[in-house]
Amino acid sequence: MTDQHLLAMHHSEVQVSVELETPDVTLNLGPQHPSTHGVLRLIAKVDGEVINEVEPVIGYMHRGYEKLAEVRTYPQIVALVSRIDWVSGYASEVPLMVAVERLMDIVPPDRAQYIRLVLTEMARISSHLVFLSSYPLELGAPTPLMHALRERERILDLIEMVTGGRFHPNFNRVGGVKPAAGAGSNQKKVVQDLPEGFLGQTLAAIQDVVGVCDDMEDLVLGNEIFLERTKGVGIIPVDKALAYGVSGPNLRASGVRFDIRKTDDYLPYDGFDFDIPAGENGDCFDRYWVRLQEIREASKIIRQAVETMPSGDLQAKVPRIIKVPKGEVYVRAENPKGEMGYHVVSEGGRGPYRLKIRSASFSNLSVLPWLLKGQLVPDIIAILGSLDFVLGDVDR
Amino acid sequence: MTALLDNFWVLLALKVLIIAAVVPGVALVFIFAELKISAHMQSRIGPYFAGGRWGWAQPLADGIKFMQKEDLVPEDADRPVFKFAPMVVLMGTLAVFVIVPFSPKLIVRDLDIGVFYALAAGSVTTIGVLMAGWSSANKYSLMGGLRAAAQLIAYELPLVLAVVGVVIQAGTMSMNGIVVAQIEPVFHIGEVAIRLPFLLQGQVIGFAIFMIAALAELNRTPFDMPIAESELVMGYLTEYSGIRFTMFFLAEYAGMFSMSAIAATLFLGGYYLPGVPEGALDVLGPLILMAKVTLLVFIIIWLRWTFPRLREDQLQSLAWRWLIPLALANIAVTAVAKVVL
Repeated sequence: MTDQHLLAMHHSEVQVSVELETPDVTLNLGPQHPSTHGVLRLIAKVDGEVINEVEPVIGYMHRGYEKLAEVRTYPQIVALVSRIDWVSGYASEVPLMVAVERLMDIVPPDRAQYIRLVLTEMARISSHLVFLSSYPLELGAPTPLMHALRERERILDLIEMVTGGRFHPNFNRVGGVKPAAGAGSNQKKVVQDLPEGFLGQTLAAIQDVVGVCDDMEDLVLGNEIFLERTKGVGIIPVDKALAYGVSGPNLRASGVRFDIRKTDDYLPYDGFDFDIPAGENGDCFDRYWVRLQEIREASKIIRQAVETMPSGDLQAKVPRIIKVPKGEVYVRAENPKGEMGYHVVSEGGRGPYRLKIRSASFSNLSVLPWLLKGQLVPDIIAILGSLDFVLGDVDR
Repeated sequence: MTALLDNFWVLLALKVLIIAAVVPGVALVFIFAELKISAHMQSRIGPYFAGGRWGWAQPLADGIKFMQKEDLVPEDADRPVFKFAPMVVLMGTLAVFVIVPFSPKLIVRDLDIGVFYALAAGSVTTIGVLMAGWSSANKYSLMGGLRAAAQLIAYELPLVLAVVGVVIQAGTMSMNGIVVAQIEPVFHIGEVAIRLPFLLQGQVIGFAIFMIAALAELNRTPFDMPIAESELVMGYLTEYSGIRFTMFFLAEYAGMFSMSAIAATLFLGGYYLPGVPEGALDVLGPLILMAKVTLLVFIIIWLRWTFPRLREDQLQSLAWRWLIPLALANIAVTAVAKVVL
């Protein structure tokens, strides 16, 4: 063999000896995994610790609420929808009732609207406190969990005081709020008013909630390792957020000051003074920070509502049998997780012909495959947790 | 009696028995301490039922429960390796106690290369972890095992380098010798001899690096990526149950004990406390050492319940970009100071 041959062979070898092909490992996270918030399943193709592809598999929690609603009357559906997002069950009831009331041309009395508003904001606090507490846990810090859940218990107690339920209140009725138990006489509907001492206890509880927000700011946001893990991780740019239909705190963390409470009028928010906190970078840190600030804003709203709580009826005049005239309407609301919307199509019956539920978590989760590409395995959990979804809200 | 104790084998058996009895016992106490301390940090009560007062028997009850459980081995697992792994981890941890001086005489073997031996024996545990991760036939276990190996490579270096400063200052690698070097008076104020542990003789950086690296060696938060419950389920522990899980669990707390004992000996004066007459050290020495160990273990527990966990690449960059250069600088400064002073 001549030197020329050797040289040629050498060259050809250089050309073929590209980097050794290593097959990706398929890592199956879930549906049973300590940190997938229920039964989300992620099929991740990982190369070492780097993720090449993620495919979320959903549907393990599908309960068919849209179909179930078609064979139920409107008052019966309320019990279903509070189970969509069970972390803030109350907040899901309100937009449905508003949709039905709009179709029937009913305006609930002021006091009922204010009670709805106070309880909705309480649901927001309770949902955000779950996030504030569970997110550090996913990063490996178990202590904030207990401190935030302790104050959440106060809020749940207050919701229980009014509605009788902690997670699934089933408190709203068409035209107002729930009649008192045992008073269902056909002649006169007695409605249940706020229990004694509720307003005072609410003021005390939200003071403690703001206190625990300060604690969290010290304990979590001041923690160097927490900053390392969240700053610049899982950035959702504004255009991607809008393209994927991300809403709620996740959208605001990307810097869009959009809040349905300000733009729509499903509850009388326009009389209240509150800010819309927005992040700058759209990373995990901003999503945490925005939710922390939203608790403060929600506390502000509750305080104002309690101080200006109007007196009067709790229920508008509604027919004994609720029949909704033909028509359709879409009502959306700023739920703790994002935009929650109900598209009600009525054919004139006692229940909807079709009920389309637009849930926030489903749209928020859709950004995940794009977001996780090229990230590290530990960041799966950091990013997944920061989106703050509930599987019941995803699958419905 | 004395004649019997002079027999090498009898003495050896006795020492092994004492270590095998005392170390798991102390580990149980630390497990209980962790349960209670974490409870207080999280405004919980913690265990309160088992054993009556304060639930003191909780770790014992847990241990008995684990022993009763079925010893599950996954079908695809590499059976001998899977079964042997927890023993390697526990052996590696227990072997370190050979050179821990509890008092001038209460030491299994005062090796000339004591420190070196301790670090080497301590590293054996990582082989056990890697074995567990590899043989479990589970992707989470494998990732946990590999993370542990990467962590060991990164943190063994600062750990050793941090110790070098002490070795230079003491002029010996024997653990007993290092304690004796800390008993030597540093200087005199009038008639009073001032004796300082190496921590106060300028090894502050060395101590900090040693403790950080020790946390990483022990896979404790903020360096618990090999276990990382929220990501890897339980890492290399995922497939273990029953008595084999207990061995890992015991090894973790025994490891805390051994690392704290080495740190206390190297940096905090070991069994010696200024003011205690040297004649009383044979009796008081173990108590003094245990007090220092308890303090360090408390700090380790405290950190665990305060910090989130780092990411794998952040852990590596912390080790290679900060700890190792700092440790090298510490060695240089110590060496210069030793020559000049």
